[in-house]
Amino acid sequence: MTPIEPAGIEFRDVGFSLPDGRALLKQLNLHVNPGETLVLLGRSGSGKTTTMKLINRLLDPTAGEVRVEGKVTIEWDPIRLRRRIGYVIQEIGLFPHLTVEENIGVVPRLEGWDAARIHARARELLALVGLDADRFGGRLPRELSGGQRQRVGVARALAADPPVILLDEPFGALDPITRREIQQEFKSLQKELGKTMVFVTHDIGEAFALATRIALLKDGEMILLGAPQALLESEHPEARAFAACFQDGQSSGSKP
Amino acid sequence: MILWEFLARHSGELAGLIFEHLLLVVVSTGIAIVIGVPLGVLLTRKPALSKPVLGFANIMQTVPSLALFGFLIPLNIYVFNLKIVGGIGARTAIVALVLYALLPIIRNTFIGISNVDPAIRDAGRGMGMTDRQLLFQVELPLALGVIIAGIRVATVICVGTATIAAAIDAGGLGRYIFRGLRANDNVLILAGAVPAALIAMGADLLLGYVERTIQLGRRAKTRSRKLLWSGAAAALVLVGLGFFFMQQPGGRIAVGSKDFTEQVILGEILAQAIEAKSGLPVERRFDLGGNLAHEALVAGEVDLYVEYTGTALLAILKGQPLTDPQEVLRRVKADYANRFQLEWTEPLGFNNTFAILVRAEDARKLNLKTVSDAARVSAQWRAGFGQDFMSRADGYPGFARAYGFHFQEIREMDLSLTYRALAEKQVDLIAGNSTDGLISRYGLIQLKDDKRYFPPYDAIPVVRQAALARHPELRAVLQRLGGILTVDEMRKLNFAVDGEKRHPKEVVREFLMKNGVLR
Repeated sequence: MTPIEPAGIEFRDVGFSLPDGRALLKQLNLHVNPGETLVLLGRSGSGKTTTMKLINRLLDPTAGEVRVEGKVTIEWDPIRLRRRIGYVIQEIGLFPHLTVEENIGVVPRLEGWDAARIHARARELLALVGLDADRFGGRLPRELSGGQRQRVGVARALAADPPVILLDEPFGALDPITRREIQQEFKSLQKELGKTMVFVTHDIGEAFALATRIALLKDGEMILLGAPQALLESEHPEARAFAACFQDGQSSGSKP
Repeated sequence: MILWEFLARHSGELAGLIFEHLLLVVVSTGIAIVIGVPLGVLLTRKPALSKPVLGFANIMQTVPSLALFGFLIPLNIYVFNLKIVGGIGARTAIVALVLYALLPIIRNTFIGISNVDPAIRDAGRGMGMTDRQLLFQVELPLALGVIIAGIRVATVICVGTATIAAAIDAGGLGRYIFRGLRANDNVLILAGAVPAALIAMGADLLLGYVERTIQLGRRAKTRSRKLLWSGAAAALVLVGLGFFFMQQPGGRIAVGSKDFTEQVILGEILAQAIEAKSGLPVERRFDLGGNLAHEALVAGEVDLYVEYTGTALLAILKGQPLTDPQEVLRRVKADYANRFQLEWTEPLGFNNTFAILVRAEDARKLNLKTVSDAARVSAQWRAGFGQDFMSRADGYPGFARAYGFHFQEIREMDLSLTYRALAEKQVDLIAGNSTDGLISRYGLIQLKDDKRYFPPYDAIPVVRQAALARHPELRAVLQRLGGILTVDEMRKLNFAVDGEKRHPKEVVREFLMKNGVLR
């Protein structure tokens, strides 16, 4: 398989409003560099998921433009665009009527790969996310634990080797221990794959563990963009609120 | 246990009726699936349509089946030279059954797909599925259990409603039920009703099993897609078969009859006489309920049947009641020729008017001879009347006014049940038919219509002018049958079938041989 160059994503003065006029996102300017992991951080309703859906055209901007690989999204054929972008959402996103292997093979099958190649790719990816293909390949999602499901979700997003991967609170429903394990695994996967990733979370600890840069959103506006350290140093009250959570988490974690 | 004996003795006929019944159900449900599932899918794509479409399907379910049949028979809708709506027989029954089966299928498809988790739909779209891929690979497989549940409900509805299809000569187990009702024969009713109930239960169990298998199944996607396609293919084949069977063979004389014993006997008399005297092949389309025989005649589905002058005047031409037989015949002759291109031929010789009946012991005790006699003592009486008598122009309201009846209670029931109700003292007076074999079977007494309230009901074959023009030899046959029956003779023939449980074919053959029509 020819390696695919990681691609950049650019937001220019992007706004998104509902038909009733409510603005979910205002004046967003943001450049996601090829190969970096950008974490969109914020409370519920801050516009993180909206920002993400603007990238793979599940939504179209009502102001400004989004560019993927230099091309404005509304000029992309949405189907072609989405097949170049891996998409991981909370565990519920696995198709409940398909086996693990079939779930991983969805995009390759849509792309017309032959069965043998899909099978080989699924096994390769299961190994990559640390699942035994012989044991898990034939199972249905409901026969997996939460952590296993998440691994399959990541494997599925990687299946057709897309240059960009979007992850919408992928580990949100996991218990803290599994969550930490899978974050560690994900981090090494990141290094290995070097893909452009946009990662949505409301968990500051997760953001620190995985981010190249963090974009902090509040009420549809980006109030900070920078390396994790910049967030700890910011004077903005929302940044300080998140920073406080992070420090609480650290200190309580270090108590004997 | 008499039921089992009956079923064992008639196992061949029963198997035929069960096959007809299953064919009706499978073809109708198949067509309803082919129409209903895509329609349900369309509604999920265009939600604005869901209210009017589901509303229409809902209304269809509330239309009584006989009314729906009556509405469908006069229609003539063709697709590529194939008549798909209209006429009597299986075709119209299938159209009606499809209309009944649509609602649960459309509704469950719509609900099943609407209930797919939006997150799963988002995941599919986010992965770059087109709408069609999302539908076939995600939504339909996930909704399949709910859709099958809808098909299950539709099938059970069809099994039940198909029994009524016998009213328009579509066959099936309803034949036994209607025949049983007509002859007041519980065994016959059960012989139709019990197998129909068993089929309904069997279909329910089978589809329930399919539904559960799909919900539990591993590798459900490939299997459900296979199931979907093979189901669609099987349905298409059946639909094709259905259309094939629904086309009428040409070149035959179609003899009709209404859905009571006398009419079946009269239809059989016409049929056997035509076969013997003209050599034309005859198709029997008997047991048509309500005014369906007339509708079928006008629609050209039937070439002739025996009608009664009074019925034609009141129920079909909607005229005012008249009592002079000559005047009535003159009126219906003229109107039928003008409006329907139908001809009244030779009267068969008897008048099947309403017979006001009481129990022999009451007649003796109270010295009742005429209807006026009964009116004087009826204040404490309960009357039992058929639905027909209650609603027709020469029926109960005018009758009660003419004679001054005030009953304590009036029970409305099926005509064939009133005789037994009278004999068992559940009611004290009924309005039966003067030729009914059950009058002698239960030993009932007919009171004289001393005020000449009831119009004449002379039995006369009515023929399509087009059929007479095409087969002039028919005229001679019908002339030969003129005056062949008296009221008394008709009552005997009716009793031979209703009372002695003999087959109409055999009774008619004997009668025609005796009269020298057959040799």
